[in-house]
Amino acid sequence: MKPFSFCGADLVALPSGALLWPSQKLLTVSDLHLGKSERIARRSGQMLPPYETMDTLTRLQTDLDAHTPEHVICLGDSFDDLEAGALMPENITDWITQLMAGRSWTWIEGNHDPGPLNLGGSHRAQQTIVPLTFRHIAQSTAASGEVSGHYHPKASLRTRGGNVTRPCFLYDQTRLILPAYGTYTGGLGTNAATLQSLMAQDARAILTGASAVEIPMPRS
Amino acid sequence: MTQLPQPLHDWFAARGWDIHPHQQAMLDAAYAPSTLLIAPTGGGKTMAGFLPTLAELHASPRDGLHTLYISPLKALAADIKRNLRTPVDEIGMDIRIEDRSGDTTYTQKRKQRADPPHILLTTPESLALLLSYEDAPRIFNGLQRVVVDEIHALAESKRGDQLMLGLSRLQALAPDLRRVGLSATVEDPEAIANFLARHPQPTKIIHADPGPAPDISMLETEVAPPWSGGGGRYAIPAVLEQVKQHNTTLIFHNTRAQAEIFFHHLWLANEDQLPIGIHHGSLAREQRMKVEQAMVDGSLKAIVCTGSLDLGIDWGDVDLVIQIGAPKNVKRLVQRIGRANHHYNAPSKALLVPANRFEIVECNAALDAVKEHDLDGEPRSTGPRDVLCQHILASAASGPFAADDLYGEVITAGPYAKLTRDDFDRCLDFCATGGYALRAYDRYQRIVERDRKWQLRDPRSAAQIRMNIGTIIDTEMLKVRLKGRRGGSALGEVEEAFASTLSQGDTFLIGGQIVRYEGLNEMTVEVTRRASDNPKVAVFSGTKFANTTQLSQRIMRLLQQDSWPDLPAHTAHWLTLQRERSKLPEPSRLLIESFPQDNRQYTVIYGFAGRNAMQTLGLLLTQRMEEQGLDPLGFLATDYATMIWSLQPVSDPTPLFELDNLRQGLEEWLAGNAVMKRTFRASAIISGLIDRMTQGKRKSGRQATFSSDILYDTLRKYDPDHLMLDITREEAMKGLIDFGRIEEMITRTRGAIDHLQLDRVTPLAAPLFLEIGRVPIKGAAEERLVAEEASLLMAKAGLE
Repeated sequence: MKPFSFCGADLVALPSGALLWPSQKLLTVSDLHLGKSERIARRSGQMLPPYETMDTLTRLQTDLDAHTPEHVICLGDSFDDLEAGALMPENITDWITQLMAGRSWTWIEGNHDPGPLNLGGSHRAQQTIVPLTFRHIAQSTAASGEVSGHYHPKASLRTRGGNVTRPCFLYDQTRLILPAYGTYTGGLGTNAATLQSLMAQDARAILTGASAVEIPMPRS
Repeated sequence: MTQLPQPLHDWFAARGWDIHPHQQAMLDAAYAPSTLLIAPTGGGKTMAGFLPTLAELHASPRDGLHTLYISPLKALAADIKRNLRTPVDEIGMDIRIEDRSGDTTYTQKRKQRADPPHILLTTPESLALLLSYEDAPRIFNGLQRVVVDEIHALAESKRGDQLMLGLSRLQALAPDLRRVGLSATVEDPEAIANFLARHPQPTKIIHADPGPAPDISMLETEVAPPWSGGGGRYAIPAVLEQVKQHNTTLIFHNTRAQAEIFFHHLWLANEDQLPIGIHHGSLAREQRMKVEQAMVDGSLKAIVCTGSLDLGIDWGDVDLVIQIGAPKNVKRLVQRIGRANHHYNAPSKALLVPANRFEIVECNAALDAVKEHDLDGEPRSTGPRDVLCQHILASAASGPFAADDLYGEVITAGPYAKLTRDDFDRCLDFCATGGYALRAYDRYQRIVERDRKWQLRDPRSAAQIRMNIGTIIDTEMLKVRLKGRRGGSALGEVEEAFASTLSQGDTFLIGGQIVRYEGLNEMTVEVTRRASDNPKVAVFSGTKFANTTQLSQRIMRLLQQDSWPDLPAHTAHWLTLQRERSKLPEPSRLLIESFPQDNRQYTVIYGFAGRNAMQTLGLLLTQRMEEQGLDPLGFLATDYATMIWSLQPVSDPTPLFELDNLRQGLEEWLAGNAVMKRTFRASAIISGLIDRMTQGKRKSGRQATFSSDILYDTLRKYDPDHLMLDITREEAMKGLIDFGRIEEMITRTRGAIDHLQLDRVTPLAAPLFLEIGRVPIKGAAEERLVAEEASLLMAKAGLE
């Protein structure tokens, strides 16, 4: 767990890749990509191990049990596409319903899931809880306090034992980008041009994994 | 005795050639269902394979495909085409000979399918692709003969398994098909014969006269080899001298990286401007073709090369082979030596150049083995099931099949003769449904059974299946280009893992030039030309050969001598020094040294079990060290030793080596390690679980693609009995894991461990520090290092 301050809000980066805002009793996760293996099979015929939804929900359940948030925001791309959302087997939708029970739940729209799903909770393009605004894709001209996902950032660190690459949070004075939470997700290196131009020179990265560790955002 | 047809006889006579006895024997055996010819390089082996075809086509000219020739190398097929054209044209026979490979144009390929030539020269992959087309039965139904060249090389890899499955398919399409294998000298001809046979029919073996013994020795140099390191730079003046004295010299290296460094320094020392080229698998295709052409034209004095030139292409007038670095395998050494002097009656000339002092010992042992005709090799295991899965999918792409029929075909192939119906059915289910315990894909099945015939559910998927055909899995490579010249040709490729260690300004060698890393542009490494004295070296996975059991035993026996009169004085002195400062490894005891170096604690185990087993031992021991809180950071394995570095010192290694514990924990600790993940990735691609990554696809969205490691971890967690995990385990155990040789090592030493705690690096351990291929351990130590490095960086940046 790595506590940090962002635009006046005291936040905690969890090693799992979830973001906690204790004073608001809010937990945020991004890019769950539920139903990814189903979508891949439907679109390309490739049959990957169909267990990633189960695995992602298991990890989410662990975070929810540990931190008992009253509010949850899923920052978009929660489902790998709208059809994947609609085709979820019943045991999975029951499980999601159970996770949602007793708390307010917001599904932010992502580029993979740009419409409402029949799962309850509220569906929004973005949500503001002063001083923060939650949306799926960072806007280059956004006012400060923007929290987003979409890019699946990952950072590499050279240690004397060798290179270590992990999904990471990125933040500067203006914006915070969350790592992807879903099991079947890859990552975009912090040296990628898009991330380089989005994030200010003094940006930091918080690596996820066994523990959450902060470093200056790697630039090369 | 079958007579050579008159025109062919006359053609031979006009050249003053006599037909070799083994060529006659091949003619006599023309109608045997399966024949294996064992002949040394230069023995007219290929001609022997084709004589029956020429005789038959002369006796009864016909249309359509008569003979299919398969070789492991595209270049070999093109070469054979040239060599075969000469007699055919000079005799005036009306025979069409064409080759087909990944390089053949689309139009040409279409034409070949519509109207096949008499003789088609191709590779295992191209054949598998041809067999996956709907019109395969029409193309192949008149096929009479198939000639498999360099079958000893194919039999060592999955390409051979795929080819034998292909032959079983061909045999079903052309029941009269006869097969011929052409092999270099091997230790176990029966095994190759069994591999080639159409089971249960036998294979007839024909042995050619092995020819005169090779003229092979160690290269004498003025300077002694270095204490450590590879590459043989010290020998450059002596090598150049040899190049001058011979027409054409092949300079073999064991790895691409070593070939690069050697070539670079050879070029710097080449004051006479001798024309010398470099050839290895990581160079851009255009570069390689240029060198190959220059070689054929005879305009090169020497080529620095790797295994990419191992096989019998006729490169013209090679009269000397130089092997830099210990050969690791006596059989391959003999085959490489055979590349010199393609004249049957003259001995081949070869020189060994040990790269460091330990390799002097290895080379000495190898020389003795060659003199005693003591060839080595590992026994062949049963056909891998990932290849079978690919074959099932490719069969479905060609057309509907009944499971009984396909199973019946598959078990006629040597590697799969013992495949059970259960195993076959499991592979079939995997191809159809993914084979998961959670039956999630019933509506998306790849192949479905209708009217007792399996077929593609969606015929469009045939294209995807064809795209994935092949068993060669490349590590992920990135193209290297000069910056600002996107249109220009690539310099070559480097491993993605290597590229990720580079920072702007780092220099490395590629294609003999030093370049400076400027950055990564999409999936291309951009560089500028930059002179630097001390370049990093591009790390290619290249082939790292393991010393065979037989050779390792010879080496240990040599180390046990009281003195070493046959070794150069400096090497004898080095071994003496090791004996004084520490000990020399004994066959019946296990030597372990521990010493500190560079802030870390080092432990070296001299197990002599071959690279793969020593690597497994590294994985095993670091796991147990992790349990004991010794914070292992990583390890490195060579043929003779495993070196482990950790934060804490190893004070008592004995409990680490309990065989029962090692074996007991095998499954668990193997499960999470990098070798298994690498093996899984290869098998997942071959079996069609994941698509081959194409460069274009990766470009289109990196964050959308994720590593196969995640699939492996997920399967282990939720479906531990899945077929792919089974295959991964099997593959790893027989190849990269090689646990058998660890057991052999522990039985051989029976718990007799000599542990020496020393204050500094020992003579024998020194070379290990320059080896590449370090395996990091993702354990508690990594967490500590990440935390340590992070606080350093934050402090440096003035944060926190």
